[in-house]
Amino acid sequence: MIPDFKQTVPIDQIGVEERVARFRTRSIKKESKLFALKLALRMVDLTTLEGMDSPGKVRQLCYKALYPHEIDPEIPQVAAICVYPNHVKLAVETLKGSGIHVASVATSFPSGMGRLESRIDEVKYAVEEGADEIDMVISRWAFLKGDYGYVYDEIAAIKEACGPAHLKVILETGELETYDNVRKASDIAMYAGADFIKTSTGKISPAATMPVTLVMLGAIRDYYIKTGNKVGMKPAGGIRDSKTALHYLVMVKETLGADWLDPDLFRFGASSLANDLLMQIIKQKTGHYQSPDYFSIG
Amino acid sequence: MSDKELTTRQSLRFDELWSYDPAPESPDYVKIKEQYQLFIDGKFQEPESGNYFDSVNPSNEEVLALFAEAGKKDVDKAVAAARKAHNGVWSKMPAKERGKYIYRIARLLQERAREFAIIESMDSGKPIRESRDIDIPQVIAHFFYHAGWADKLKYAFPGVDPKPLGVAGQIIPWNFPLLMAAWKIAPALATGNTVVIKPAETTPLSALKLAELIQDADLPPGVVNIVTGAGETGMEIVRHPDIDKIAFTGSTEVGKIIQKAMAGTDRKYTLELGGKAANIIFDDAPVNQAVEGIVNGIFFNQGHVCCAGSRLLVQEGIADELVQKLKMRMETLIVGDPLDKNTDIGAINSKVQLDRILGFLSESVESDQRIYQTKCDLPEKGYWCRPTLVENVSQSHRIVQEEVFGPVLTIQTFRTPAEAVSLTNNTPYGLSGGVWTDKGSKIFKVGKSIRAGVIWANTFNKFDPTSPFGGYKESGIGREGGIHGLLPYLELS
Repeated sequence: MIPDFKQTVPIDQIGVEERVARFRTRSIKKESKLFALKLALRMVDLTTLEGMDSPGKVRQLCYKALYPHEIDPEIPQVAAICVYPNHVKLAVETLKGSGIHVASVATSFPSGMGRLESRIDEVKYAVEEGADEIDMVISRWAFLKGDYGYVYDEIAAIKEACGPAHLKVILETGELETYDNVRKASDIAMYAGADFIKTSTGKISPAATMPVTLVMLGAIRDYYIKTGNKVGMKPAGGIRDSKTALHYLVMVKETLGADWLDPDLFRFGASSLANDLLMQIIKQKTGHYQSPDYFSIG
Repeated sequence: MSDKELTTRQSLRFDELWSYDPAPESPDYVKIKEQYQLFIDGKFQEPESGNYFDSVNPSNEEVLALFAEAGKKDVDKAVAAARKAHNGVWSKMPAKERGKYIYRIARLLQERAREFAIIESMDSGKPIRESRDIDIPQVIAHFFYHAGWADKLKYAFPGVDPKPLGVAGQIIPWNFPLLMAAWKIAPALATGNTVVIKPAETTPLSALKLAELIQDADLPPGVVNIVTGAGETGMEIVRHPDIDKIAFTGSTEVGKIIQKAMAGTDRKYTLELGGKAANIIFDDAPVNQAVEGIVNGIFFNQGHVCCAGSRLLVQEGIADELVQKLKMRMETLIVGDPLDKNTDIGAINSKVQLDRILGFLSESVESDQRIYQTKCDLPEKGYWCRPTLVENVSQSHRIVQEEVFGPVLTIQTFRTPAEAVSLTNNTPYGLSGGVWTDKGSKIFKVGKSIRAGVIWANTFNKFDPTSPFGGYKESGIGREGGIHGLLPYLELS
C-alpha cells in the first residue's frame, strides 16, 4: 500500500545528529579495521562526471577500477564505475568480464530539468549501451512545490525504462534542506521502485553527510519492515577519507545490520576516497604510511 | 500486523560479519595508591579506628584500593577543620579570590580529564565513553559555572546580601561519583561555605583523587574535607550539631531517615532522591529518534540514574512497531569492559545492586510478566545485567512502582494524552519525565501536567550546570544547579 506522502514520519534533527555523534565515537582497530577498509573499497563507485571527460580519461578510470593497486594482489576491485551515458559503451568494453558494474547518470543530470520524455530516452540509451545501473535525479522543483505525485510518477516511469538495470534515485539532499524532506523523498523513491536511494549529485554543496544518510537508512529500514524489500543506499560526494568511510559503515551496521554491509546494498559515490582507502589498507598491513606518490592518481 | 509476524518476517542481523576489535583505554596511565586515608584539614590522615575497607572494580571483582573508615571522632575532626577554615579564611576572603580557587580546580580537572575518566570507569563500572564524554566534562562545567558565581551572588539575589551558612555536610551516591561530588562541592564553595563530604563506599576513588587535586590547587586547608565510609559515617555527618546544612543524594529510604534526623533542628537540608520516570511516546513522535531517547533514558550508566526513564508509556497504535525497533536497537548495544571505548553498557556497580536488580526480575518471572533480554555475551567475572524489557505489566506491579536502578525498562500502552499523564503521575516519585511528539503544543500541554522536576521534550537525560535539578514528592526537596541551586547554601538577609 502506498502511503500518503504528505504524512510521512517526522524526523527530529537533534536526535539524528546526536546518534551520528555516537557512531563517530566507535573505535575501529586492528583486524576489524582492515576488514572494513577492504569492504569500503569494494563498495566504491569510482566516478567521473565532468564536461571534460574524454575517452582517454574514462579508459584510465576503468583500468584503475580493475587494478586499484596492482602491487598488492589482495586488494579488491571497486563495485562500479559511474560515467555519463555517452561513455557507457567504452566503459562496458573496457571492463568486460571483470564483474565491475557500469553505472550511468541519466535523466538530465544533475538538474533534472528536461522533458520527461527526453529524460526517459536518455535512460533507455544508457541501458542499450550496456549500463546495468542508472543513477537518476528527481525533480526537486516538483518535490519542493509539494507535487509528490509528480515525483512518484517520474520515478516509476524511469524505473520502467530501466528494464533489467538497477535504479539509483538521487534525492539531491543539499537542495531539500530539511531531514523531514529527506525522509519524505526517500519514501517516495522507494515506493516508486528505487533499488537504491542516493544522497547527491556531487554538484551541490552540501553533498552526502552522515546525518542525512542516517535519515535515509532509517527510511530504508522502515520500508523493509513494512514490505520485506531491501533497498540499497549510496551516499555520494564529500566522503574523502577512510575514517569517515568507516564511520559510515558503523552507521550502516548498527542501523540495518550485516545484510547491508555488501556492495549490492551499500555504495560510496566517491573518487578520491579509493586512494585513501588503499593507503590505509597498506598502512594496516605494513605498519607504516607511504607517500601518496606510491598510489596511482585518478 | 501482529508483533510476532513483524519479527519473524523482517529481522535484521546485528551480530554477524563484522564486530569491533577490543579498543581499551590503558589503565597504566593512572596511579592508584594501595591505601587512601581521610582528607582532613588539607592533609591525608589516618582514621582514629585504624579501620580500612576495600573498593572493588565491578567489572573484574579485583580490589582497587583500601579506604579509611571514618568514625565519629574523624567526622568531628573534619567538621572542626571545616569550621575553622570557614571562620578564619574562606568567609573572610574576597569573593573574587574564592572564585579563582574554583577556576583553578576546574582547569586542573580539565588537564587531567583522561586520568579521572579512567579512574571513574574502573571504580564504578561505567563505560569510558560516558565517563570521558559526559561525567568528567560535566564535572568541569560545574566547577567553571560556579566559579563564575562566586563574586556575583548579589546579582543572583538582588536587593539582599547573601551570606554563607557555614559548614555543609554532603553525602553522595555511587552512580556518578565525581559528578555528584562536583554538584555538591562547587556551589558550596562558590557561596562561601566549607565542606565535609562523604563519597559512597563502593566508589570513593575519584573523590580521593580529587582530594589530591585540591591539594595541588593550594586550596586553604579545611575548606574541603573528604571522609570515606559507609552509612554509619554518613549518619555521623547528618547528626553532627556543628553542621549548618546537609545535602544528600541517594535513595528515598535513606532520605527519609535523614529527614527524621533533621526534624526539630534549624539546619537546612536538600534531598535528591529516587525516581521512576515515564518516557511518553505519542503516535506522532519521531519514532526512530524516540527509540534512541528510550535507550539513552534507561540504559545510560546501566540504568543507575535517579532520573532514568524507567517506564516506557507508548501510545497503543504504534506500540508494536516501537517495541520491535527498540529490540533491534538493543541488539547493537555492546555490554562489557568499561574501559573499552566501544562499550555501551558497563558493569553493575556492586554485587548488592546486581542482586537487587535480579530480585526484581525473578519476581517478574513469577508473576508471569514477559521479560526480553538481548543475546549479548557477558564477561565471566564481574557484575553484569543484560539490557532488559519487561512487558505485560500494570501500575499494580512492584517493578512499575519501585525504583530498580538498573538497565530494566517496563512497557505499558496508553490511549489518550490524559491517560498518559495520569499513568505518569501515578507514582510516589516525581523527579523527571520525557515527552515525545512532533507537535509543539502537545509538549507544553502534557509537560505542564506532569508532576516532576525536570521534563525533557524529544530528548532525555540532558544535564547542564545552569539548569536546576530536583524532585517533587518522594523524589526530594530543594534544587541543585542554576541560581536555584545556590539558594540552599545561602542565608538571605
